[in-house]
Amino acid sequence: MSEGVPEKRGDLARALRDAGITALLAFGLFLPLIGFQTITDIRNNLILTTRWPLLFAIVAVVGAGRLVYSLVLEPWLRQRTMRRVTVAPSSWRAAVGKWFTPFAIGFVIVYPVIIVALNGFGGAVKWIDNFGIQILIYVMLGWGLNIVVGLAGLLDLGYVAFYAVGAYSYALLAKTLGFSFWLLLPLAGILSSFWGILLGFPVLRLRGDYLAIVTLAFGEIIRIVIINWVDLTNGYAGITGIPRPTLFGIPFTANDDGFAAVFGLEFSPIYRVIFLYYIILALALLTAFVTVRLRRLPVGRAWEALREDEIACRSLGINTTNTKLTAFAMGAMFAGFAGSFFATRQGFISPESFTFLESATILSIVVLGGMGSQIGVAIAAIVMIGGTEIMRELDFLKQIFGPTFDPTQYRMLLFGFAMVLIMIWRPRGLISTREPSVFLKERKSISADLIGEGHG
Amino acid sequence: MTAGSDTLLRVEHLTMRFGGLVAVDDLSFEARQGDITALIGPNGAGKTTVFNCITGFYKPSEGRLGLRHGDASAWGGLETLTGSGKRRLARADGTLYQLERMPEFLVTQQARVARTFQNIRLFPGMTALENLLVAQHNRLMLASGYTLLGIFGVPSYAAAERAAIDKARGWLERVGLLERADDPAGDLPYGAQRRLEIARAMCTDPLLLCLDEPAAGLNPRESAELNALLRTIRDEYAISILLIEHDMSVVMEISDHVVVLDYGVKIADGAPNAVRDDPKVIAAYLGVADEDVAKAEAEVGL
Repeated sequence: MSEGVPEKRGDLARALRDAGITALLAFGLFLPLIGFQTITDIRNNLILTTRWPLLFAIVAVVGAGRLVYSLVLEPWLRQRTMRRVTVAPSSWRAAVGKWFTPFAIGFVIVYPVIIVALNGFGGAVKWIDNFGIQILIYVMLGWGLNIVVGLAGLLDLGYVAFYAVGAYSYALLAKTLGFSFWLLLPLAGILSSFWGILLGFPVLRLRGDYLAIVTLAFGEIIRIVIINWVDLTNGYAGITGIPRPTLFGIPFTANDDGFAAVFGLEFSPIYRVIFLYYIILALALLTAFVTVRLRRLPVGRAWEALREDEIACRSLGINTTNTKLTAFAMGAMFAGFAGSFFATRQGFISPESFTFLESATILSIVVLGGMGSQIGVAIAAIVMIGGTEIMRELDFLKQIFGPTFDPTQYRMLLFGFAMVLIMIWRPRGLISTREPSVFLKERKSISADLIGEGHG
Repeated sequence: MTAGSDTLLRVEHLTMRFGGLVAVDDLSFEARQGDITALIGPNGAGKTTVFNCITGFYKPSEGRLGLRHGDASAWGGLETLTGSGKRRLARADGTLYQLERMPEFLVTQQARVARTFQNIRLFPGMTALENLLVAQHNRLMLASGYTLLGIFGVPSYAAAERAAIDKARGWLERVGLLERADDPAGDLPYGAQRRLEIARAMCTDPLLLCLDEPAAGLNPRESAELNALLRTIRDEYAISILLIEHDMSVVMEISDHVVVLDYGVKIADGAPNAVRDDPKVIAAYLGVADEDVAKAEAEVGL
């Protein structure tokens, strides 16, 4: 006991010192950012004002936060790590793992029915469209990018380019040639994977940061070509009136030959939304199914081996060029599918939908979910995209923060916050273990610290 | 230089320059079929460079690397092959390859030369079994119809995969890792990783197996096990081995033929016993000039 007191005092002194340093840093950082403000007055003169109360309030909050962290949170965390013992994998976890996938698939299949039952026809559109379809598009894109980044270990920052190629292929071919959605869907996939191979060839010898930069540039090239090739793509104005998908030729319109009239139902936009929901669900499940299948085929194993050690791959007679190209092509194909679905769902596309931010969102879904993990990516997409949509619903916050408060503006802040948290607690993503593709006696998960992250 | 009747690999005038540095200088030697040929020499002698040239990881500055499949009479076509500028020459009595013209993956895939690495290069996040299946990639790829048939799960692919797993199981048993088949390769102890890497190289169905310091970091017992394994590979599977090694107990015990390199130049070539007593070799290893060998030997008590 006698030793504890001086140690406590030392802790307090250290905590105070840390808090002081942190507050000083915060002061230095926020002085130009918050302390000074320039305002343009009526005569268009720039006036420098100061905001000392706000600055000192923030500095005080930061300093106090650091003090609390040093005095309360840090000892608690230290104790927790000391107390931590190896926990045997519990049986409930195994049970959850076994039943999670069938349950999740069952749930997404009956999701529209549940929503319609709960909200009625009118209220259900929003829930199926904004939550269901929107999230599923990103789940599918995440799974597609997962092939390139998670399995083959090639960092692709321009994935949205293939999404754009798919969307514009569908929009242009459907408008000019009048082909149906079902014919153009595979065609858009093929075109996208063609562009994937085209990108793949020059960047094959690049690794890591260099590969990331070139794919980033590629994404920008595609977007800028779309903006500037006005004759073909109509530039910034985008393409309108993209044909909607039909159910075996029956359109979802209010006309006499429309879906509602043919089946003797009252017209409602919900039918089309539900139809679209099931299309994207089928496409996403196809992506998942194909990826799971590919992982157990030689090409999938070669992708993972490539991520682990490229030189060893070549020493085993694997043509790494072709292997990388197939990964690029596969990933691009699924982006093309998703892109053509996006075009038919929106009925309107413009370059604004294919910015770098989209690539970054998809990549962060893959990284947060855990590279290579299907379920992890799906959960990350639900959290990130669903979270964004939920923020639109938080109207009650306006009563607290005033009528001008728009929670969706804080989307990126929350993205960043989620990223930081994940990097601290699960640096390899939500689900970071790897399931072996084949086993002799027993399938054992492989822990993340053994798994390579790829060279690029 | 005439090729002996049972020559498998012919290295002729191999030179490798890195800028101004000559790592390998006009090296010629032969590896005979069914032999364990050891390539030894002090650190920095250029042994691994020779390996990288043979396995296609480096393109030699000069020289010819001939490899023969089939009958020894196939060597007769070597000049034709060199003149044609092609990678391989298929004849009725066998096929000839010029390895320096091939990229590394074709050296393994077509010329059937497999290799291991000085610093082990397994796929640490994949299980031991998966490591051995990746090594059978090309055959499985063919069986899966380049993935198209495999996606639909055709029975012929399932059979091919079963065969591949059986082969992998056989090799895991041979190197004593059957119990750990489902463990990630990165979790295995060092000696086991070395054995697994040899098993993985064997799964590519090689005719010539190139091992870069397989005994490095092994204890004497593991080293003896390795000797037994290499002998089995030579005798039961009739596979020729080319070996870089520092551990003289391994070299002297199992090799049939030793080539000694020093500063990229061959200084001795012959049976292990003859090489061991060669004053030039001793001088190279002790780091003294030829004429001082006797003195140096007396000093170190040889």
